[in-house]
Amino acid sequence: MKTSIARKVLMALSGFFLLFFLLQHFIINFSSVISEDGFNSASHFMGTNPIIQYGLQPVLIFGVIFHLGMGIYLELQNNKARSVKYAMNKPSANASWMSRNMIYTGLMVMLFLGLHFYDFWIPEIKTKFIDGDMSGALNGVEGTRYFHELQHKFVDVWRVALYCLSFVFLSLHLLHGFQSAFQSVGFSHNRYTPIIKKLGNLYAVVVPLGFVFIALYHYVSQL
Amino acid sequence: MSEKGMNLTLKIWRQKNATSKGKIETYKVADISEHMSFLEMMDVLNEQLINEGQEPIAFDHDCREGICGMCSLHINGEAHGPDRGVTTCQLHMRMFNDGDTIYIEPFRAKAFPVIKDLIIDRTAFDRIQHAGGFVSVNTSGNTQDANALPIPKADADKAFDAATCIGCGACVASCKNASAMLYVSAKVSQFSLLPQGKVEAKDRVLNMVEQMDKEGFGNCTNTGACEVECPKGISLENIARMNSEYLKASITKEA
Amino acid sequence: MSVLDSKIPEGPIKDKWTNHKNKINVVNPANKRLIDVIVVGTGLAGGAAAASLAEMGYAVKAFCFQDSPRRAHSIAAQGGINAAKNYQNDGDSVYRLFYDTVKGGDYRGREANVYRLAEVSANIIDQCVAQGVPFAREYGGLLDNRSFGGVLVSRTFYAKGQTGQQLLLGAYSAMNRQIGKGKIKMYNRHEMLDVVVVDGKARGIIARNLITGSIERHSAHAVVVASGGYGNVFFLSTNAMGSNATAAWKIHKKGAFFANPCYTQIHPTCIPRSGDYQSKLTLMSESLRNDGRIWVPKNMEDVEAIRSGKKKPIDLSEDERDYYLERRYPAFGNLVPRDVASRAAKERCDAGYGVNQTGEAVFLDFASAIQRYGKEAATVNHEPNATKERIIELGAEVIKNKYGNLFQMYEKIVDQNPYKTPMMIYPAVHYTMGGIWVDYNLMTTIPGCYAAGEANFSDHGANRLGASALMQGLADGYFVLPYTIGDYLADEIRTGPIPTDSPEFDAAEKDVRGIIDTLMNIKGTKSVDHFHKQLGKVMWDNVGMARNAQGLEEAQTKIRQIREEFWKDLRIPGEANELNTELEKAIRVADFLELGELFAKDALHRNESCGGHFREESVELDGEQKGEAKRDDDNFKYVAAWEWTGDPGESKLHKEDLEFKDIELKTRSYK
Repeated sequence: MKTSIARKVLMALSGFFLLFFLLQHFIINFSSVISEDGFNSASHFMGTNPIIQYGLQPVLIFGVIFHLGMGIYLELQNNKARSVKYAMNKPSANASWMSRNMIYTGLMVMLFLGLHFYDFWIPEIKTKFIDGDMSGALNGVEGTRYFHELQHKFVDVWRVALYCLSFVFLSLHLLHGFQSAFQSVGFSHNRYTPIIKKLGNLYAVVVPLGFVFIALYHYVSQL
Repeated sequence: MSEKGMNLTLKIWRQKNATSKGKIETYKVADISEHMSFLEMMDVLNEQLINEGQEPIAFDHDCREGICGMCSLHINGEAHGPDRGVTTCQLHMRMFNDGDTIYIEPFRAKAFPVIKDLIIDRTAFDRIQHAGGFVSVNTSGNTQDANALPIPKADADKAFDAATCIGCGACVASCKNASAMLYVSAKVSQFSLLPQGKVEAKDRVLNMVEQMDKEGFGNCTNTGACEVECPKGISLENIARMNSEYLKASITKEA
Repeated sequence: MSVLDSKIPEGPIKDKWTNHKNKINVVNPANKRLIDVIVVGTGLAGGAAAASLAEMGYAVKAFCFQDSPRRAHSIAAQGGINAAKNYQNDGDSVYRLFYDTVKGGDYRGREANVYRLAEVSANIIDQCVAQGVPFAREYGGLLDNRSFGGVLVSRTFYAKGQTGQQLLLGAYSAMNRQIGKGKIKMYNRHEMLDVVVVDGKARGIIARNLITGSIERHSAHAVVVASGGYGNVFFLSTNAMGSNATAAWKIHKKGAFFANPCYTQIHPTCIPRSGDYQSKLTLMSESLRNDGRIWVPKNMEDVEAIRSGKKKPIDLSEDERDYYLERRYPAFGNLVPRDVASRAAKERCDAGYGVNQTGEAVFLDFASAIQRYGKEAATVNHEPNATKERIIELGAEVIKNKYGNLFQMYEKIVDQNPYKTPMMIYPAVHYTMGGIWVDYNLMTTIPGCYAAGEANFSDHGANRLGASALMQGLADGYFVLPYTIGDYLADEIRTGPIPTDSPEFDAAEKDVRGIIDTLMNIKGTKSVDHFHKQLGKVMWDNVGMARNAQGLEEAQTKIRQIREEFWKDLRIPGEANELNTELEKAIRVADFLELGELFAKDALHRNESCGGHFREESVELDGEQKGEAKRDDDNFKYVAAWEWTGDPGESKLHKEDLEFKDIELKTRSYK
């Protein structure tokens, strides 16, 4: 934890964990486009399974906070490593915009997470742990609540637009982050690294685009 | 060969000494040949300044053939200027056009304080090497025969590629975080790829990274700017190798 | 007997070094800690010596003017390092390397020193490999060799075109280990400006801290000067901009004799000068001559057409080209030694056949090699019907693997693609075989003051073979000096620390301050470079590749005049007590202006042609060798060691006779 490389490795490891989380989140959300029931049962399982709720959820929360906190700390440190700035600098000549702006794309994603928590996570926690309703039943109406709650959030056009914009930032973050995490943990191979880079680009485009698609799908289907 | 004689405006960082405050000053040079190297253009400017009774601009340089690593300069926003695979002394004026304005600044990093004008102090690099950039063998002259230990050509070639680092500091200068990872990883890689270096590999990487951090360089965020600006094309692969060497060493090191 | 005692050990040449080493006094480890040694310069010789002495236990202080010891100009050596390993099983041996080196030096080197050099050469490779120096290897994992510069065996070890860099970084790493342990105290950005002699012994130096301008005193029980050569006396050379003779010249003025200053190597394959602004010349490895053919046009009309751009070199047919080295030296062709190749290029250019605007360039053409390698590769690849273009493509690939970095460097500098059009090359000053006179122990004529590497005169005679300089630097630094110095230091164990407040230190510091004050207060009108360029022009025109009595006399007069002007009309802006690059240069050029005169004086006195020293008065008049250099063994088979008397023109000549007991003196023939 004390040296630059240890910190960098921890950034990568928390990043890997978030990548994995995002993928499963995406798969479950995507099921809402295919089957209402499928989405409901998957959501109910994730929302009520004790291993996930008491085991993985705290890890996830820690992972997010750690990735954010360490990211900000390193950024501040790195800023200090060059106290006098260049009068003339052309950073675009040698490094991609994504790689240079991870802190900003990351912060944008975090702001979005705030909204996301407000929309979904806080009501979830309230329903389940404060009100003690672990049934997943929809209040007053026949059926399960998850799908309806999801749809309900994608009615307001501004909120949908905000969601979509956030995923653009997520995509930019991932375009660098995915392959960077492999480099950070010391994986480099002249045959596999190019594949990882391609895979990373694929992931960084497909997953956020998929989330955008889900938002638009539900918005359009309710017009 | 057509001489096109360029007129240039130069915006150069001037700073009297380490403690004084510096600023950018503007100079003009005329009739610069496209065949000149960048430092020869600086020579012309300095000759002009001396003739006018002004102090010439201090800059580091020595071999002027791209191998000693002494020349530095951040030229128009890039370490060693706009060309690729060259040091400032090998940069030629044909990369510029008549009427151009050129910014010339020292390599900037907290770990590379300015000594005067464009001259910086890079002894932090030396101190990192003192921490472990060597194989501990005395010059007795009776080590084993050089061919007693065959080394796969692929490993030897990779070690050589890493060993071609000239220690100029362009990697630090280009990195948005002023990180020295490419420099340090080049030496760590060279020795970790060779059987001679493996014996001390763990201590080497731990000690060199510790010293690197102490000097105040930033963290690596894998932007890859260092690799692009490195005049010797040292690969990012070396940083990955150092990361994994470091991980292995810190996990397996005994208390 | 001469005042020069070379201290060559008795006995058969094979046993001299071993016997000598066995008899050398050894200092007890507990005492070594109490003995200080100063090493000036951190190239192959200085860096290796500093590291080795520190490993042995001495307290070492190392000095370099660069910002790091890793930047010493040894780093720029490209081609390789010789060693008599006989890994290729082509009959190489210590004797053969010894023989080739003595012959290559045109029989003006000291047999015993050269033999020792050949003897320890194998240790160097073992040592460097153990340090992690990444030499080129074959697929089987063993070390690769190549042949170099007119030698009949493959004994050159290399690391692509960066052998010097890799060897120097090896020595640098050995130093770093000792610096980390506190055994070497490193002084970067310090320049030695005088040696301090107390009771006839070297006891320290006066150095200027180049950052603060402060003058410092450093004492020691012995001083090692490994500050490199003096090629920059020509202004334009392949040396680094900062390479200078000041440390060597200052010890000369305090009593160290300067030997054979006129022996200079002009390297044939450098990139030609492009204009008056030129600050230095860039060397390209001699290995290029293994595959390149050197030529100029046969007809003057073609020369003019090429210069004016009407014709391109590739437009000329084989008949219209003069491959002058192949024509004059059919046996060795393009692989004749450096001095011969350089003079032949000058001869053609003087006759008006130079192919660029300055008239000082010849072609080095790879077209035939690309064809040859292309055809070979096509056969290997089973492409019997390969087109012309395909063959060129394959051939260029082979050339790229061998010389890629050199071709790239050429293209960056000249902006022409050497795969498609011949390179242009011209000779340039590269190495100085002359230097401080030392005995077999590498001690100068000042007791306790040693000289190592290019700074001394010892091993190469009048011409140096390719890949020998790295060998000599490391041999001196790793394997010779650390042992021989013990013989002297064994008597110093009771001396105790050397005080720096003695009258001798006072006087030396006062002298140094006096010179700096004088220089700063001239307040004239001309820059240092102005004078340095003037000196360089006289040296190149009159004391360059071909020398004659009239030109040399004229050179001495002119250099005196330039020196007088320098001390009257120099302008150094800024102050002495700060980083002042102009003052640094001025101190160095002041010394070059004296050394240049001695150089010309030595060249004038040596009325024979030997190695790199070519006197127009001394050529073969008839026979097969007509027009070639003529050595005069009857009159000049000696080392010319000059003693400072207060004026370079009045230096006193001492002769050390050279004895050749194991090699027969012969005329070098490359016909």
